Order: sequence, then structure tokens, then C-alpha cells
Amino acid sequence: MTTACFPVRGAFISIMGGWCERLPCGSAMNWLFAHWNACRRALARLAAAPLNTLLALLGIGVALALPAGGHLLLTHLSALTRSASPTPQVTVFLAVDAERKLSQGVELRLQGLSGVAKTQMLAREDTLTRMKATEGLADAIAALPKNPFPDAIVVTPADDSPAAIERLATIVRQWRDVEHVQIDADWARRLHALVRLANTGVLLLATLLGIGLVTITFNTIRLQVLSRQSEVEVSRLLGATDAFIRRPFLWYGGMLGLLGGAMAWLIVSAATLWLRLPVAEIARLYGLDLMLTLPTAAESAVLLGGAALLGWLGAALSMRQH
Amino acid sequence: MTPMIRFDSIAKRYPPDISALIDVSAEIAAGELVTIVGHSGAGKSTLLKLIPAIERPTSGAVLVSGQNVGALGRKALPFLRRNIGLVFQDQKLLFDRTALANVLLPLEITGFSRKDAQRRAEAALDKVGLLKRARALPIALSGGEQQRLAIARAVVHRPSLLLADEPTAYLDPDTARDVASIFLEFHRVGVTVLVATYDDSLFPGARRIHLDHGRLV
Repeated sequence: MTTACFPVRGAFISIMGGWCERLPCGSAMNWLFAHWNACRRALARLAAAPLNTLLALLGIGVALALPAGGHLLLTHLSALTRSASPTPQVTVFLAVDAERKLSQGVELRLQGLSGVAKTQMLAREDTLTRMKATEGLADAIAALPKNPFPDAIVVTPADDSPAAIERLATIVRQWRDVEHVQIDADWARRLHALVRLANTGVLLLATLLGIGLVTITFNTIRLQVLSRQSEVEVSRLLGATDAFIRRPFLWYGGMLGLLGGAMAWLIVSAATLWLRLPVAEIARLYGLDLMLTLPTAAESAVLLGGAALLGWLGAALSMRQH
Repeated sequence: MTPMIRFDSIAKRYPPDISALIDVSAEIAAGELVTIVGHSGAGKSTLLKLIPAIERPTSGAVLVSGQNVGALGRKALPFLRRNIGLVFQDQKLLFDRTALANVLLPLEITGFSRKDAQRRAEAALDKVGLLKRARALPIALSGGEQQRLAIARAVVHRPSLLLADEPTAYLDPDTARDVASIFLEFHRVGVTVLVATYDDSLFPGARRIHLDHGRLV
């Protein structure tokens, strides 16, 4: 005759008699085995209703593909703005007919300003030569009666903060010999600001659709719990712990999220491959080098891991509720 | 020696004012075969349900191996139930699982390895004569086979205590005798068996606890 045991408030009490044996108690291996079993059960449940599973995965995939695709596009645009404006510069234009001495005098004055790191004179003749070499412009420039370009001085500010650059431009604009002052990084800054705004938009979209994913999983698990009410009840009567009952549902939610994330990855990757050449062609027409690439390993891991986590969270909330 | 089960002045009332059990005291020793008899509504099922704490007494205490099960917390309760084999009046089989999967459930809960669980489940099915129907769904089994399947599930993890609530109800006399003989066999190998039944003639040699309107007679 052997003795069975069950832990009660940290201790073990014995039930004597019968032919029962000591049952396996909670070791790390048992814990892993229990999770492995729960994982298998969750997979079996997903496979048991393939159409439902596919539709749920498509819903999650599309919802996650929107922010994931948006993020990918903005990553490329961010890189573009960074390469387009390594350091902001101010270009000071003089009058078209200004003499060279005057231009050199303005350059000297600029070098004397505390907010200027360095200057570079672009002589009008050099500009004309460069423009003549530009494809499509040569004929137009040759037809002009005289050089239409003024002398220009490119100024690199000592402080590249927007406020300091604006201050410098305001001072120089007031000089009598200066015709026009242009902050060269303006367009890049505007694009950068737009990209930042779009990034915030993508984050907001990701948050909203993430909540959507949690809600989808919450509802799916609720239906699972309701349809498996008898199994849950019988399992409790046979000695299942709360953890044993919760585990397959948590795995189910996590898997739904993970596979939904994989679906989103496929959608984004397919869209990237499809759009890569047309986008590169349009970018080339604007003189930009933009080639869409597939999500990196780190981005893919974040997408899959985040989706699995959100699925698990939805399941956990649902289990808590039901 | 501490009795395996002790009912200590048990009372169980259901709202608004229905007394299912009134001042019931009894002891059951390890290895005993006991039948709980009485008319319908006498409190037989309620008394059985107190042991695995499916129901809690309104007053009094149920002690299993000296431990008051009514005082067990939510976390300890599963470990008590894993040591008890339960055969329910309505069997509570899972109809979307095969007979084998039904019998495997208590072993999965307890954490047996798949191989070991499979071996034990097949042995339990063999014991009740259902090994050949292992892959059948419960709906494809007869009433007697379903009852034997419920018994296999109750004993597969080798509990020291087997509780059965009307296991022979709704069965024809021959099938009822077959099912009862399985309980007798388990009793012979040392399992403590408690059976709530309307007909204890199927369990010769059993000690009888007679209930009438919730009172011990």
C-alpha cells in the first residue's frame, strides 16, 4: 500500500489506503511539460477551426500591417531627410550686378559674426559653369544674354539650432548689400517635422490597432471559454488548478497574436516587394535615392513579439473576466 | 487510528429554507466499501459532494485524513480532488473527446508524461472492458459503456478514495451488475469506495449508511 499526498497550506497530508501512488508534484520539468501540453492543446484548437482561425488571423494581420507598413515607410523617409541635410546652412545672395569686392566685403563681415563657423564664396561664374553642365539646363542658359546668377556665400552656422539660424538670417537680411537670405535646410526641416508628425500618427494608429488586437483576442477567448464551459467544469472537478485551466487559453491568445503578427509581416513584405520599383522610380525622378527594403530582423522580432504579447494580454484579460 | 473520512455533525441547508442534511455524523475507515442509501432527495448526493468540497457544509465539518476539507482554500482544493476518484450521476464526460482522451484528462491535470499517461489510460480502459472502444466518442457508446468510461476516468490516476453517485441508475439489471462488480473489484484491491445508490443489493458486503430526509437513520 502506498501513500498519496496533496499540499495543504504548504504542508502535505496523506490519504492512507488504496493503491494510489505519490503523484508528480510541481517541479520545473512538470511546469515546462504543462506549458508544452497547453501549447499543443492551443495549437489543436486553432487547427480545429481552420476557416475561423484564418479569418481571425487576417483581421489581426491587416490591423497590424497598417502601423507596421507606416513605420517602415517613415523609417525610409527619416533616413532620406537625414542624408539630405547633414548640417543646416544659410546661403546669402548678393545683387546680380554686385561687384566682386563687395561680395568679398560681405563675406568678411559674415566671418566676423559670432554665430558663423565658416563661409564659402560661390562666385557667379562658377555657378554659371556648374549650371551649364546640368543636363537639360545648358540650352536654356546659353540662350540668356548675360549671367543671371549672383555671387552667393554659403554660411555654416556655429549653432545649428533653428532659433540660432533664424537669428543669424534676420541679422544678415538687414544688411544693405544683401539681396536675399535663404535657409537651405528649411525644406528638409519641414519634411523632418512632417515625418515626426507622421511617426506620432503611426504610433497613435499602432496604439489604437493594438487595443483592437487585444479586443479581438479578448472576444475570441470569451467565446472559447463559453464553448468549453463543460470542459472547464469537469477539469475543476478532477483537480485542475486555475493555472491549468488558464494556460491553454493564454497560449491560444498568444499564438493568435503571433500568427497574426506573422500575417502582418507577410502583408508588409509583399507590399514592399510590390511597391519597391515604382517608388524607387518616382524617387529617382526627384533626384532622391529611395529603395524600400523588407523589415529588418529587429523590426520583425518587435512585430511578432509585440503581437504575441498583445494576444496574450487579451487572453489574460478575458480569463480574468470570465 | 484516524478514519479516512469523518462527517462531524454536518448540516447543509439551501436557500430559502431547505435542509438537505441534518446533524449527520459518520466515519469511514480506509479500505471500506460503504453504500449511502435512501429515497430520492434524502441527501445522498449532497453528502458525497461534501467530501471533494464540491459543496460546503452549512455547519459541522468533513474531515479527510483528519483535514477539514471545508476549510481548504481555493489553491489547495485541486490537490485534494486529485486523490479522489469521482463518478458523477450524469457522468460529465466530454463528448467532443474520444474515450481515451476523456480518461487521459485527469493524468494531464496531474502532470503525467504523455507516454506514461497513455499507458495508464489504456490500462484503465482495459480494466473496465473498453480498450477496444478507446478511439470512440462517448456519444457512440451505450449507457453502460459510458458509465464504465466514467469509472475508468475516475480511477486512472489511482485514487485512494472512489466516490460514485448513483452509478447504476438508468442501467438495465445486467449492465448495473457489471458496473457494480467493477467497484467491488477496486474495493478488493484496497480502494475506499463510497457509493450513493438506490439499490445496495448490487454491493454485497458493503456497510450501509441510510439517510432519510437528510437525517441518518
